[in-house]
Amino acid sequence: MDLVAPAGSRGALKAALAAGADAVYVGLRDQTNARNFPGLNFDPRHLHEVVSAAKRYQAQVYVAINTYARAGAWDHWKAAVDQAADAKVSALIAADMAVLDYASRTYPDLRLHLSVQASATNWRALRLYRELFNIRRAVLPRVLSLTQIARLAEHDVVPLEVFGFGSLCIMVEGRCLLSSYACGRSPNNYGACSPAESVEWISTPQGLETRLAGILIDRFAPGEAAGYPTLCKGRFRVANRIRHVFEEPTSLNTLDLLPNLAALGIEAIKLEGRQRSPAYVTQAVRTWRAALDAYQSDPQRFIPKDAWIRALGELAEGQQTTLGAYARVWR
Amino acid sequence: MAVTPARMRLAIGPVLYHWSDDRLIDFYRTVAEAPVDIVYLGETVCSKRRSLKWTEWLKIGHMLQDRDKEVVLSTLTLVEAESELSQIERVCTNGEFLVEANDMAAIHVLAENGHPFVGGAALNIYNAQTLARLQQLGLTRWIPPLELSGVALGTIARERDPDAPEIELFAFGRMPLAYSARCFTARAHDLTRDHCDFICSQYPSGLKVETQDGQHFFALNGLQTQSGRILNLLPHRLEFSQTGISILRISPDAHNTVELIHRIRDALDGGETPHVSDLIDASTCDGYWQSQAGFI
Repeated sequence: MDLVAPAGSRGALKAALAAGADAVYVGLRDQTNARNFPGLNFDPRHLHEVVSAAKRYQAQVYVAINTYARAGAWDHWKAAVDQAADAKVSALIAADMAVLDYASRTYPDLRLHLSVQASATNWRALRLYRELFNIRRAVLPRVLSLTQIARLAEHDVVPLEVFGFGSLCIMVEGRCLLSSYACGRSPNNYGACSPAESVEWISTPQGLETRLAGILIDRFAPGEAAGYPTLCKGRFRVANRIRHVFEEPTSLNTLDLLPNLAALGIEAIKLEGRQRSPAYVTQAVRTWRAALDAYQSDPQRFIPKDAWIRALGELAEGQQTTLGAYARVWR
Repeated sequence: MAVTPARMRLAIGPVLYHWSDDRLIDFYRTVAEAPVDIVYLGETVCSKRRSLKWTEWLKIGHMLQDRDKEVVLSTLTLVEAESELSQIERVCTNGEFLVEANDMAAIHVLAENGHPFVGGAALNIYNAQTLARLQQLGLTRWIPPLELSGVALGTIARERDPDAPEIELFAFGRMPLAYSARCFTARAHDLTRDHCDFICSQYPSGLKVETQDGQHFFALNGLQTQSGRILNLLPHRLEFSQTGISILRISPDAHNTVELIHRIRDALDGGETPHVSDLIDASTCDGYWQSQAGFI
């Protein structure tokens, strides 16, 4: 199983490669990628350098052009595909049919991976994308259970990549308008969920408040850890109780499932986090590298080590991890 | 010579909530008498809900067809399990009614069988290129994503082919904002989706979610999260024809939907903006249309 690591910056790129990633995924510095945050991502002119840096480590480079092209702004997305192809990257990660169609016609030799943002949760959807655009891999949304992934793998439509660790989208990726409902700009088109310019942290007599575009997301008592305000991890009132209506602040961690995923023939494990620091990337990639290598050398006796679990726990939101939808009970 | 704009057709979207058999049957009996042109039928949110049997849906379809309504069968939006795929295959190969595809799985079946289809709002068609690609597969009518602005829609309308699909605008109702594998109505009652007791059937217009300072922000409808406010784009009716819109969708809830349809039809025919505030139970919004936050 290949380890696919996030590289949101030059520092993170170096960190990911040095820590043993088999592939890194990057975005261009604009709205064509789904982590469009200030200070992140790469200028198209630097893509060649990214590719040669990865080559030195025999690693692959995937470019995420995985937002949906806005009406009237197609040239941005087209240019992004051209730049990635020109830099001879290993694959594009895309969701929009317009992008997939253009890339598959113009650059038939360029590998296409279906982005998680395409919301493909079943074999028929995957087959449609394969038949239309010859996708060679698909990244699965984080809403499928392990059993459902197993069924999907049996159909063997395309090789699969699944999320191993990082922030947990609990809504089907690509089908969530919560952030744009509050903030306006759509993550699907502009690539930023809960954009930093909409976030406020305010001290009040009721405690520390986090707001998104003025909407109260949560209130924290003194000493309570306050997370970054996203609507799906906020505390709201429902049925006369204030609670985490959607999900607690927590990160996905599937280390325990590694043998299961390997048995299903999953081709790659993806670590989320292009918005993360080089230190984060180092720790996440190093831990997963160790786990994958340990599994490889002795699959029968694989047990996640305490040190790995601790290392990933330190990186997790609210220091909590979950198996998310992989475990049926989560639903 | 002045060209009279074509009469705007009205559509009723599928019932998004878990209503009982009786409630659904009663509702569609009154819809049959209402001034609506197109009716979308079927369960689009949760495959666990089994309010009406397949044959009963078809019976309702025939009843509406006898009253000169165009009937469209809508497919499930989040499709994960094999059983859900079978459900979709049955709808897509019904051999009688047009189908609204709400997931690429449905499009795969429909294209395979050479059936024309309606492309639902959850399909992420944000540009003329994607629209054209799906048109090649059989898409004849398009419901744009809810967050698409009037300006963006106008751009696509200008860029698209003259024989492009007709456009149906989701113009009125609580907006579906997100889908998850988790059932949030069940979670609010400390239940899981596998053992949900069909608790969502207690909320025929969704379960209210408020911020801690009392703003009604979302409505929970099982695994679907909806807007707390009700989308009302009717005040923008004069912008519709230049954006290529020929059909307006009203998404039903448990409050006065049929009265609303009468009111909207009468007002549009009289060249006026319908006034509906006395018929709804929440405040309205139109931010997405105006290139702003959806809840505005």
